[in-house]
Amino acid sequence: MSPAATASGPARPGGTLRRLLSARNVVVAAATALALLLPLFGSNFFVEFVMTRTMILGIAAATIVFLAAYGGMISLAQYLLAGVAGFMVGNAVVAQDAWSKGLKLGWNPWVAVLFALAVTTFVAFVLGALASRTTGIYFLMITLTYAVIGYYVFGSITPLSGFGGITGIDPPGLFEDHPQRMYLALVVLSVLVYVAFRVLAATPFGLALQGIRDDPVRMASLGFNVSLHRTLAFTLAGFTAGLAGVFNVWWNGQIDPTSISIGPTLDLLIVAVIGGTLSLEGAWLGAFVFVTANNYLRNLPLVDHIGITEARFNTIVGVLVLLIMILSPDGLAGIIDRVRKGLRRLIQQPPGSGAGPAEAATGSSP
Amino acid sequence: MTAHAVDERELQLRRPFVLPRWVSRAAVWVPVAAAALWVLVLARNTSAGPAIREPGEFVVTLLDGVTFAGLLFVVASGFTLIFGLMRTVNMAHGSLFLGAAYVAHEIQTNMVGKDANIDARDVSLLAWILPLLAAGAVVALLGLVMHQLLLRWNQGQDLRQALITLAISVIAADQMLAHFGGVAQPLKWPGAVTHFFEIMGERYASSRLFMLGVALLVGALLWLWLNRTRMGMVIRAGVDDQEMVRALGINITLVFAITFIVGSFLAGVGGVLGGSFAGSVAPGVDGAWLLNSLVVVIIGGLGSVKGAVAGSLLYGMVVALSPAYLPAGYTYYSVIFTFALLAVVLAVRPNGLYGRAE
Repeated sequence: MSPAATASGPARPGGTLRRLLSARNVVVAAATALALLLPLFGSNFFVEFVMTRTMILGIAAATIVFLAAYGGMISLAQYLLAGVAGFMVGNAVVAQDAWSKGLKLGWNPWVAVLFALAVTTFVAFVLGALASRTTGIYFLMITLTYAVIGYYVFGSITPLSGFGGITGIDPPGLFEDHPQRMYLALVVLSVLVYVAFRVLAATPFGLALQGIRDDPVRMASLGFNVSLHRTLAFTLAGFTAGLAGVFNVWWNGQIDPTSISIGPTLDLLIVAVIGGTLSLEGAWLGAFVFVTANNYLRNLPLVDHIGITEARFNTIVGVLVLLIMILSPDGLAGIIDRVRKGLRRLIQQPPGSGAGPAEAATGSSP
Repeated sequence: MTAHAVDERELQLRRPFVLPRWVSRAAVWVPVAAAALWVLVLARNTSAGPAIREPGEFVVTLLDGVTFAGLLFVVASGFTLIFGLMRTVNMAHGSLFLGAAYVAHEIQTNMVGKDANIDARDVSLLAWILPLLAAGAVVALLGLVMHQLLLRWNQGQDLRQALITLAISVIAADQMLAHFGGVAQPLKWPGAVTHFFEIMGERYASSRLFMLGVALLVGALLWLWLNRTRMGMVIRAGVDDQEMVRALGINITLVFAITFIVGSFLAGVGGVLGGSFAGSVAPGVDGAWLLNSLVVVIIGGLGSVKGAVAGSLLYGMVVALSPAYLPAGYTYYSVIFTFALLAVVLAVRPNGLYGRAE
């Protein structure tokens, strides 16, 4: 928010429009426009590989951010839920005569999507109901346990998949051989998810959820059903992660338990952490940084000299997270925020006595 | 009278959502009774057979459960000890487990003088105990370094600490993969404990009982340390009220460091036991044992050593019984039972059997 926006306040006529034109929204809108126009000038590899993957990971990471920022829950089960949707699509669409594992139901791909999302939402509801009575570190541990158990469930239950996974999963005709269309659909979906999460935050449900985040005991004594709110938030996040999982499996064409194991689970958390677990935009920013690093870091000329090869990518990711957690637990968004505040202080200091209460008021909104 | 009634209502409101008592009782006893009936009489088409017909198989399966529970306890007790005192969830616990197993493998192959095809008969008692102690010491030192450098200054920020240790586990797993490769490396029991003997007509490996013996020894030492020494008294007091301990003039930072050393050492001992139990050390074991530790402490209650015993026994039993008593051809569903155990405990006691609400 710029100082002008803060000064105008919501009471003035035209305040709503002014508020919609905040710096945050303008930047997001510009980024969206850029993403939509990208196929016109970006290279095929950049659009169909880097940016498509960014959007998928961004949507999945946004569900982590949603739960963390509005619900105070850090969930490690989001990649598992995306994987559940992926496995369900795989089991449903692969044809009976295909050379693959799984149930091979051979359904219409769009029916398969509905089926996958229904199963994922149900699984998220059950897992959420079990975990929602705990918070903080317990919630993190329980969801991590879900993630690891999920890996073994799909790995050992061979009729569903087995460790070899399901291969040859074709996207529906709309997207088959049209990777640019899939990219554009993902941009639209990203915007929908982003707007939906932000609008939700202002609804009675979202406000109650944030109240529960801040003081569950008080909200309970005001008559709110704390665990039900948490469960529903987790279910919604699970459904959204399922959407990301459907696109992920279309994009990959296959899925196996290793792709939802503890490594990728941490990668997704890392995406959320890079962007900052408290800012929704950070999810896509983090995804972009992660995917870019994953694709281009190995091509840097000096990398081989210091003994870091492609295979050691996890070490780089780990060190990156370690540094972020040590230096700025709010991630890149936190760093940007700090730089902005520092700049503003630099600009405002000379004329008068500093920022004063206006800055304190703007600083706390997630 | 009316004031009393109002109090009651307020209490009702403030209390978090709790299942009615009969539901939670049914959630526990109905599955337990059904499982008992199945195991005793009905389990015909299973690898073990009904317990009344095949009592030997039943006893051996129970023994499997108890001995595996011993291993679980050694690993999880270190995890829960650290959490109980410092509120630090050490996500790198599995990495310490795997690291210790690799160190022990290196020392053992050097002592035996063979690289591959090590047979238990080649391994003297010394060629097992020395690697055990050395590996324990190495990871204890690593744990201490990790605590001093990365966790000491952010004490109390539990999520940040969990993510820091998670990052360490990613780095450690990748570096160990680079160093030791993706192929399983051998780690063997000493020849003196690898025999077979008969129990009710079934052959049973004495190494499993040896493992249980080591676990009991570790448990006994831990109990003596926590309950019969001054340091243990301070730790128990610190679990209850850290601020008070600090205010009494006790150097709790030192106690934290020592607890981290002991917790990491226990992960190391567990790693050597677990590696010898599996016969080999391989990548991925760190994640599996982080899961095992998590399941045990979520069931037992984070921070409670008593809970670690209970959680290990329950989880060990489920791990041993479910593949043995599932119908042949369906044994791959046994992982569901791990989740079912977790679900039942969480539904009835969200903070675990011996856990306390935050």
